[in-house]
Amino acid sequence: MYEAVIGLEVHVQLSTASKIFSGSSTAFGAEPNTQASLIDLGMPGVLPVPNAKAFEMAIKFGLAIDAKIEQESIFDRKNYFYPDLPKGYQISQFEKPIVGPGRVTITLDDGNTKTINVTRAHLEEDAGKSIHDVFDGMTGIDLNRAGTPLLEIVSEPELHSAREAVAYLKVIHSIVRYLDISDGNMAEGSMRCDCNVSVRPEGSELLGTRTEIKNVNSFRFVEKAIDTEIHRQIEILEDGGRVVQETRLYDPDKDETRPMRSKEEANDYRYFPDPDLLPVFIDDSFIETCRIKLPELPDARKARYIAEYGITDYDASVLVADRDLADYFAEVANMSGEGKLAANWVMGSVLAELNQANLAIAEFPVSSRQLSDLLGRIKDDTLNSKTAKTVFEALITGDGEVDTIIEEQGLVQMTDTGAIEAVVDEVISENSHEVANYRAASSDKRSKMLGFFVGQVMKKSQGKANPQAVNQILASKLT
Amino acid sequence: MSDITDLSFSELKKALQEKSLSSTEITLAFLERIESLNPELNTFITVTRDEAMRSAKNADTAISRGTATAYTGLPIAHKDLFCTDGVLTTCGSKILSNFVAPYDAHVVSRCKAAGLVSLGKLNMDEFAMGSSNENSYFGPVRNPWDTDRVPGGSSGGSAAAVAAKLTPLATGTDTGGSIRQPAAFTGTSGIKPTYGRVSRFGMIAYASSLDQGGLIAHTAEDLAHGLGLIAGHDSRDSTSAERSVPDYTEVLNGSLKGKVIGLPKQFFDDRLNNSMRDAMDMVLEVFKSLGASVVEISLDHVAEAIPAYYVIAPAEASSNLSRFDGVRFGYRADKPTNLLDLYERSRGEGFGSEVKRRILIGTYALSEGYYDAYYKKAQQIRRLIRDDFNHALASCDLIFGPTTPSTAFVIGEKISDPVSMYLEDIYTVATNMAGLPGGSFQAPMISGLPTGYQLTGPAFGESIILNAAHQIQMATDWHRLNPENF
Amino acid sequence: MSLTSDHVKRVGRLAQLGLTDAEITETLTQLNSILSLVDQMQQIDTKGVVPLAHPLELKQILRADAVTEMDQREKFQNTSPQADAGLYLVPRVVE
Repeated sequence: MYEAVIGLEVHVQLSTASKIFSGSSTAFGAEPNTQASLIDLGMPGVLPVPNAKAFEMAIKFGLAIDAKIEQESIFDRKNYFYPDLPKGYQISQFEKPIVGPGRVTITLDDGNTKTINVTRAHLEEDAGKSIHDVFDGMTGIDLNRAGTPLLEIVSEPELHSAREAVAYLKVIHSIVRYLDISDGNMAEGSMRCDCNVSVRPEGSELLGTRTEIKNVNSFRFVEKAIDTEIHRQIEILEDGGRVVQETRLYDPDKDETRPMRSKEEANDYRYFPDPDLLPVFIDDSFIETCRIKLPELPDARKARYIAEYGITDYDASVLVADRDLADYFAEVANMSGEGKLAANWVMGSVLAELNQANLAIAEFPVSSRQLSDLLGRIKDDTLNSKTAKTVFEALITGDGEVDTIIEEQGLVQMTDTGAIEAVVDEVISENSHEVANYRAASSDKRSKMLGFFVGQVMKKSQGKANPQAVNQILASKLT
Repeated sequence: MSDITDLSFSELKKALQEKSLSSTEITLAFLERIESLNPELNTFITVTRDEAMRSAKNADTAISRGTATAYTGLPIAHKDLFCTDGVLTTCGSKILSNFVAPYDAHVVSRCKAAGLVSLGKLNMDEFAMGSSNENSYFGPVRNPWDTDRVPGGSSGGSAAAVAAKLTPLATGTDTGGSIRQPAAFTGTSGIKPTYGRVSRFGMIAYASSLDQGGLIAHTAEDLAHGLGLIAGHDSRDSTSAERSVPDYTEVLNGSLKGKVIGLPKQFFDDRLNNSMRDAMDMVLEVFKSLGASVVEISLDHVAEAIPAYYVIAPAEASSNLSRFDGVRFGYRADKPTNLLDLYERSRGEGFGSEVKRRILIGTYALSEGYYDAYYKKAQQIRRLIRDDFNHALASCDLIFGPTTPSTAFVIGEKISDPVSMYLEDIYTVATNMAGLPGGSFQAPMISGLPTGYQLTGPAFGESIILNAAHQIQMATDWHRLNPENF
Repeated sequence: MSLTSDHVKRVGRLAQLGLTDAEITETLTQLNSILSLVDQMQQIDTKGVVPLAHPLELKQILRADAVTEMDQREKFQNTSPQADAGLYLVPRVVE
């Protein structure tokens, strides 16, 4: 049996307005090279000046993962040639990163939690983009992205399965979204992940040879890429072979990893302190300013939701994972005064609808106020679960406000016992055979058989009869 | 017209102020002299005649309207590593032989803002690497005192152009002696300011932690005027110092009485040849006659400055020069077959042999397994050198020494022996390592060739250097000597 | 330390200088004489000395996060060896 050892390097594009070393815009989607200034192009004679906001964001992240914020950090040059790297070196932090050791807690599939140590997080500049498919025999270079600030978050190799890796990545995603330091959009490359994967015989202390899978750009692909790579490495070892230390790419179409040709040779990066930049000193007051600006983070919010709304640990975990979803839930719960009911609805109908329509909560057509109104009508017995569902669907299609829908569709719950009794009598007289069977049956079988009559009553009342009342009246009339 | 070009920057300034000359007259006189003499000396790579005449005309208008600055209409020329918007900026290299810079360096825009008229761009050792100006893709510059000899480098074009009176003021840069050594070889005055005094923005980098922009002119007074123009904080250069700029001309006339001149014993040992020692003694006699005293000091690690420099400078250069890859600007090899071929041929064909040598040394020094033995070690020695200077400057006002071990050598003499060329900078490099200001000024001639003495001051002590040199120049004629044929 | 031609080849590749064999042979002697000059450093005991990156040991000033650059693509690409449709072109890169 083998054990996988996985460490992740997560690159998060910080959502500053301007680049890390120049005053160019970082906005996504501009015409090629229209956001590439002299500095981003690495023109002869230009010099970098670091962006204070990038430091603020890095420090906030550090505080959020309970990390040490380094008083002195230094920018180094990482030297290699590539057309999307205009200066022939990337400005990064090597020996003295801004964020030192920290930790995050992940929840495993079995519901247990595990602490994953974060080695460091450092600031660096992003590279440009290579466009391979437009020109015959040529690659086009767009340097709009060059110089966008990145926070590279490096974990210890403490993850042991693809599932754990994804859980860790989701926690990082959730934190950067809470802090609002990145849009975290993996499809647009705002968050990318390099996975260092090795395997070793279970129980072994020694680390196996690792490979690095570069630039994986979705949670799903991270899971698949790591699984695929683990299997590939195990197969090699079982065949008596040796894993080669190399950089690989994941191909989602073929669900396989393959070696990356372009970066094979240049692995002597010749790091040295960038002589164009001076050491950055962060004083305690700057750190305190960042601390004051910290929002409530997922773990704190989870604890608060459990205490304030009386919801379960599991429900709270799911709700707080996405800051927008958590906010939505809290609004519904606060407006309706119904924490548990709000949690059930958000976790159930709302999430199901979001998944099915592939929407973010921000794009969801039912506002928190509308959902809160709906819960109010459930609470005051105007709606039962079936009619509530009907109203919810009407809200999604934009048929108006809750009370209008109830009125227009005549969904007010039948609570008048006289009216319900009349329907029950009708059902009993129309189903004499079933009534005889019921009465002949032993009491333990009767409760099962009651469902048939309830169904008939609900059908006749077009779903409007109060189910509790129906049960009660049926039980007494059938005896 | 030759009388106009005989005037120093300060004298021309006076003539403009008194309206005895117009900027157009001055500019035309220098342009004509450049046209007639440059073919022989090869000091200019680009002469911006039309632009210069246009700015001169604008300057005259401004002067007549009373909107001029104190410097409007005065000529200057820039070393060809200062980027000039719309003008060829080659850095003396084939790899930038077609590079029309899309922006102005900070120094250039300061000069423009003050109304100076730029005559053109000056020849230099490729990427400022060299001490003879033989490493230029545009051919060697000749020393006006003897055209078989080098003018020094890397700011050889700047020094030779001033010496031959093709411009009264020239910008230069100094990484290990590149302003002071050519100033000494050509009988001109040159100042390398404190690291961080002049913005490096737009100055094509050789070794970022050592490079500093400065000036070459006929006199210390000229330098005081020029330095006031180009010095000062620039937020675009992170290493630029946030410190106000004094009026360097104001203190020029201060007395040297009571000033203490430190003589590093390491500069005056038995390796210094007799004629150079005699020349230095003559300068020291003048210092003493003006009331200064002389003390011996020690710079214990100065001998290791050259070895450490030849790690730090090439290491930084190897990285700084990676951007010249044939992709976004500059020379690109013909019909590259693939990306590697594009890089290797563009760089292989575009860089000269000295540049390649330094890139190789620097790449090696930074490569895995060698970093501590070379780069880190060199930076540790750098601290020892800097501490030596700070210690020495606690007991004296200025440090004095020869600028160079000898007078200008013959073209071709040292070109195949890089180490002997590197040792040309033996007296100047330590100043850069310590980031201190240094100047070279005219000392007595030796066998018909100029020599220079060097003054190093405390950080941001440029005014002390210029004051001392000005006082010597007021008392002597060494700075008034002119090359016979120019 | 002394360099071999293999060292020079490797370093030349890292620096993408496209050195020919003749250049390597020619430069090897010179590089070794430079290195023996450089090796004079090793005579100095630097134990415990903190490396000095910048002579004045100043602190970095950070700039405010503001967009100050406008699009100048046309001007910048005027000086490029090969550009089309706003992109810089290089021979096809295989990943």
